[in-house]
Amino acid sequence: MKRDDLRLETLRADILIVGGGAAGCYAAISAARINPDLRILVVEKANVKRSGCLAGGVNAINAYIVEGHTEHEYLEYVRWDAEKIIRDDLVLSMAKRFNETTRDLERMGLVILKDESGNYVSRGKRNIKINGENIKPILASELERYDNICVINHVNVTDLLVDENGVCGAVGFSVNFEAAFVIAARATLVATGGAAGLYRPNNPGFSRHKMWYPPFNTGAGYAMGARIGAEMTSFEMRFVAQRCKDTIAPTGTIALGVGAPEVNVLGETYAFRYGHSTSGRAQGATAEALAGRGPCYLKTVGLSSEQEAELCRAYLNMSPAQTLKWFESGQTPSRCNVEIEGTEPYIVGGHTGSGYWIDTSRRTTLAGLYAAGDVAGGAPKKFVTGAMAEGAIAVETMIDDLASRSEIQSEDLVRVAREKTDEYLRRMTVHDSVYNVFDLEEAMQKTMDVYAGGISAKYRYNDNQLEIAQTRVAELTQMAAALSARDMDEMLRIYELIDRLTVCETVIAHLKARRETRWPGFGVNANYPEKNNEWEFFVNSRRRDGLVEIVTRPLTLGKDWYEHTN
Amino acid sequence: MSIRIDPKLCVGCGACIEACPGNLIKRGANGKAVLKRPEECWGCASCLKECRFKAASYFLGADIGGCGALMQIEKVGDVAHWIIRIAGRAPIDIPVDRRSANKY
Repeated sequence: MKRDDLRLETLRADILIVGGGAAGCYAAISAARINPDLRILVVEKANVKRSGCLAGGVNAINAYIVEGHTEHEYLEYVRWDAEKIIRDDLVLSMAKRFNETTRDLERMGLVILKDESGNYVSRGKRNIKINGENIKPILASELERYDNICVINHVNVTDLLVDENGVCGAVGFSVNFEAAFVIAARATLVATGGAAGLYRPNNPGFSRHKMWYPPFNTGAGYAMGARIGAEMTSFEMRFVAQRCKDTIAPTGTIALGVGAPEVNVLGETYAFRYGHSTSGRAQGATAEALAGRGPCYLKTVGLSSEQEAELCRAYLNMSPAQTLKWFESGQTPSRCNVEIEGTEPYIVGGHTGSGYWIDTSRRTTLAGLYAAGDVAGGAPKKFVTGAMAEGAIAVETMIDDLASRSEIQSEDLVRVAREKTDEYLRRMTVHDSVYNVFDLEEAMQKTMDVYAGGISAKYRYNDNQLEIAQTRVAELTQMAAALSARDMDEMLRIYELIDRLTVCETVIAHLKARRETRWPGFGVNANYPEKNNEWEFFVNSRRRDGLVEIVTRPLTLGKDWYEHTN
Repeated sequence: MSIRIDPKLCVGCGACIEACPGNLIKRGANGKAVLKRPEECWGCASCLKECRFKAASYFLGADIGGCGALMQIEKVGDVAHWIIRIAGRAPIDIPVDRRSANKY
C-alpha cells in the first residue's frame, strides 16, 4: 500500500456509541426514543446483526426478577457471589430495569416461554426461558426503525479523541478498505464488551477460538480508556467459566435444565467442598483433579430420550458444537456423563466486576465518556438484560449532559486524530519487524498463562511471576509498536493485539495489588492464599505518565447513589 | 472448530462475509467467499444461518474430538433443520422452531 492509499472519512454525532452488542444497540434505541432529532451513531467492528457475545445466540434471560422476588434480593445474590466487591448503586439501578427490558425484547420479537395464563415460565428466582438464537437480528431490526440512528459496520475504533473538554470523539479504520474514520461526538458511550484472548486458551491449536467469550472481543474499550487515564476497577476479579470439555459449551443448560449434579471420577458430588458461588463452581473441577479425583463430569447418564432431545435443540440455539459432538462421537448425554473443565481467565464486567469505574449514571471518570455492558465495572451478573439496562441508563445521562457539551471544530478534529492516522499510515508503509502479529499474540498468551495465573499454572500466581509477566508484556508492547500491516485485516489484528497487551498490563497490576485470595476459582495469589477481611474494598487503577497507578476505593454498602469526587 | 465453504455452491452473495462476527470471511479472487484462517473461527454458526445456498458447513476440529462430520442448516419457514452428515450413516435432521422457546 502506498501512503496516499488511506482515505480519511470524517463523521459527526451528538451521541457516539462504540460497539453494537446488546448494550450498544439498546443504548441507541433508547436514545432515539427519547429524542428523534439527535444524531446517533453506532460504530461496530463486525455487523450489528451478528456481533459480540450474542452472535451465536443466548440460552436464557439470566437476569430477571421473578414474581414474588425483588431487586434487593438480586443485589444480595450478587454481593454473595462476588464476595462483597460490588457497587450497590450500580447493581440496584440495573436490576430495577431487568423486567421492563425483558418486556421490551419480547415486543421486538424475542420468543419467551409462557404458561397457560400467559406468564413467563421461570427457572428459579432469576431466570426465564427464551429462544435466543436470533436476539441480535431482532435488535438490529429495531435499530433500523429509527431514522436518526446511523450504523457504521466493519469499522474498528482504536482510540478515543481528547481535547480540552474531555473525550470529543473517536478514531478508527475500516476493516475492509483503506480508510481511516475520524468521528466527532458531543458524548461517547463505550460498549465494546470484555476481553478474551489474553491467556492461552483451552484448545491452543486449531480450535484456539473455540472459547466461551467471543475471541473477537479484545478489551478494546478498556484499553482505549486506560490509555487516556480513565479509572478502572477490579481487573483482578477475573472470570473463569465452568464449561463442557473441548466445545467450551455452557454447563448451566444441563445442570439447571435437567438437574444434573457435578461428580468427580469416583462418582462423588463435590460442590459442597467449594461452595455454590460462581467462583466456587469454577474451583471445583480443577481442585478435584489436583486431589487425584479428576476428571469431573455432569452426571447425565440415564436422562430420558425427551430430555436428551431438548438438550440437543437448546445447544443448537447458542452453542451448536456441543450437539454435533454428541452425535459425532455417539457419546450422547443419556449414555455418557459430560466432562467439564475450567476455561482460561477472561476480563468481563457483565459476569464479574472488571471495567470502567463509573458513577451511578454511568459516567466514567473522563468528561464526555460513558460506559455500559461488559466494559463497565462494579456490577457483576449483568448478563443480557443488565447490559441493555446500563445502555439505557447511560444514554439518558448523556442526553442530560449534552447541553454542556460542545462539538469539536473540523480543523481541531483532524489535528487531535493526526497522531493516530499517521500511525496507521506508517504501519502500511514501513515493513521492518521480524515478527508478525500472531507471533506476538502467542507470546503474550504464553506469558499470561505461565506467569499470571492461566490454565497451565492452575490459575495460581505469585509476586515474582507477576513481575516476569509485567516485564515481558512491556517488551511485547514495544515490539507490537513496530508491527506492519500488508492489508486492513492485518491492521485489525495488530490493534487487537495492542489492546490486549494494554489490558494484560492492567490485569497484572491489579493481581499484584490485591494481597489476598478472594475468588479462589478465578485465581489464587500463592503469596496470600487466604481471604482477608481487611481487603474489603475496590482495587482501582489509572494511568499516569505511562505507568499504572493503583488507587483504592471503599465499598458503597447500602448506598444507592455514587458520584465521582476525585 | 471451523466452517467449510463449498466453492461449487457459493454464489458470491456476500451474506456470510457481512455476518461473520470476526470479519474472518473474505471475498476470494473468483468472487466467492473464503475463510482465510479456519483456526480463527469461533463456531457461532452465523454464516450457516445467513447462507441461503447451503454452501457453508460446520465441523469440529480434530483437537476437540472431531471425526469429519459436517453440519448444515436448511431453513423451511421458521424451522431450521440442522442436518448432521456422518460418513456411512443416514443424515440426522434436528428441526428447531424459532417460535418455540428452549425448555432448558
